[in-house]
Amino acid sequence: MEQLQLLEAVERYLQNEMNPEERAHFEQLRKTNPEVDQLVVEHTLFLGQLNKFGEVKNFKASLHDIHNNLVSSGSIKEQPSRAVVKQIWKRYKRVMAVAASIAGITAMLIAGMINSRKANTAELEQLSRDYVRTKRTVDQLKKQVEVNSTEKVQKAPQNVEIKSGGTGFLIDGKGFLVTNAHVVAGSTSVIVQNNKGQEFRATTVHLNKATDIAILKIEDNDFKPLGTLPYGIRKNGADLGETLFTLGFPREIIVYNEGYMSAKTGFHGDTMTCQIGVSANPGNSGGPVFNKNGEIIGIINTRQVAAEGVVFAITSKNIFNLLDEVSKTDTTLQKIKLPSSSSIKGMDRVQQIKKIEDCVYMVRSY
Amino acid sequence: MKTDVNETALLEGLAHNDRSAIETIYAQQYSMVQTLIINNNGTAEDARDIFQEAMIVLYEKARSGSFELNCQLKTYVYSVCRRLWLKKLQQMQKYIPNANGLEETVSVDEDMDVHDQRNSDFLMMEKALSGIGEPCKSLLEAFYLQKRNMTEIAGNFGYTNADNAKNQKYKCLMRLKKLFFSEYKNHV
Repeated sequence: MEQLQLLEAVERYLQNEMNPEERAHFEQLRKTNPEVDQLVVEHTLFLGQLNKFGEVKNFKASLHDIHNNLVSSGSIKEQPSRAVVKQIWKRYKRVMAVAASIAGITAMLIAGMINSRKANTAELEQLSRDYVRTKRTVDQLKKQVEVNSTEKVQKAPQNVEIKSGGTGFLIDGKGFLVTNAHVVAGSTSVIVQNNKGQEFRATTVHLNKATDIAILKIEDNDFKPLGTLPYGIRKNGADLGETLFTLGFPREIIVYNEGYMSAKTGFHGDTMTCQIGVSANPGNSGGPVFNKNGEIIGIINTRQVAAEGVVFAITSKNIFNLLDEVSKTDTTLQKIKLPSSSSIKGMDRVQQIKKIEDCVYMVRSY
Repeated sequence: MKTDVNETALLEGLAHNDRSAIETIYAQQYSMVQTLIINNNGTAEDARDIFQEAMIVLYEKARSGSFELNCQLKTYVYSVCRRLWLKKLQQMQKYIPNANGLEETVSVDEDMDVHDQRNSDFLMMEKALSGIGEPCKSLLEAFYLQKRNMTEIAGNFGYTNADNAKNQKYKCLMRLKKLFFSEYKNHV
């Protein structure tokens, strides 16, 4: 307790908040007691360090801001990486031909092995919400919502049972969302809902069951396109032990969770996915996984039934690969520009979530 | 070569945290750095990180007051980025001996040493701050970094009055100091 008061006195002394009498008294104390003097010196140094820290932190934040502004105003352009591949190709053509044929044979062998392993998928549970089971509670909630806000526009088709539900997130401010393929597979119509409860009609523009990624487009006049998205999508994955967080809709409201990167591969060494230590529930499927800088590193898709807390996420690289592949043939998808840099780096978590939550949607398929 | 009047004004603006000055420097110098990094085994993301770190070096130097630039701003930024990038490449073990256009220009050894020291101070403070947990972290940040006053903070954090908040702040500060100095004394 005494130490607290002394610290307060030192701080007031350094901030010049003492009256002359007090000040004289304190200076006397400082002369006679070397410990007090030491504390003053130490605290001056510490406040200096803290100040510098604050300055640099603010400066970093404004640099990020400026970078994003300049990129969106077109004053600077982000160049793609140089193609060193071509030179290497010329040099190693023959070696590569041999390697490719070996790879081809190996691939065929592995494909055979995977096919024989398909039966194991019962061990994995897809995290889309089973609506039949929870239908009753949803109905109750719906009634409440209707009472609360009569002006809310219901866009869901009437008298049709919801097949499954999950989470999705924007990858382009124009209204393109990514979610899991198993969330929207076999649906006749898809409704997405933001965390304010507004519903929008959406269509599935691409469905890839192999990677379990679906791309949706919001096609609704009520939807107002967003400018640049607050987060970026990472091309290379996360490192082991990195802290991660997720946002999703396992309930009727948005739910936050955090955890860490557990393993670089997924179920049975699957390299398209990774294992994360985050608790996830039905409804989290298709939800984004962020690292501490607010960059998306994956999409939640399954959890292992037999083990507790083993959740798998599709690595974000697959989004890039999928878009590269399909934009060759599909012109609507050519318009998508994936956000590469995150403007919320360095902010504290609460602020980050405030910026992100508007871009995460509940997905329901009918 | 002497720095021209224009660049001196820009650096002064930078030292005073003038946004338009920072923006001007950013827009002028970024493309050059990006080309440098991308021609040397890097990506646009690497370029952004390296350039922003160089901007911090420049900012710290401008703020220190004793700033004399005896070459063009462009040359200085280039030299700093070159050093930072070579260091990063070495860390990633991707060192290329005959780097494209990476020849030495002006010597920035001294500045880099100062920057490394400052950077490690920054990281230590960041680590100490993340070690004290919430609500301590936010409370101290609100007071010391965002310079908000105690009454306002008391309201935002749900303390009954400013004195209560102040008491809590000093408790947090003690913990932060303890964490910070335990690291700091190991390094100095």
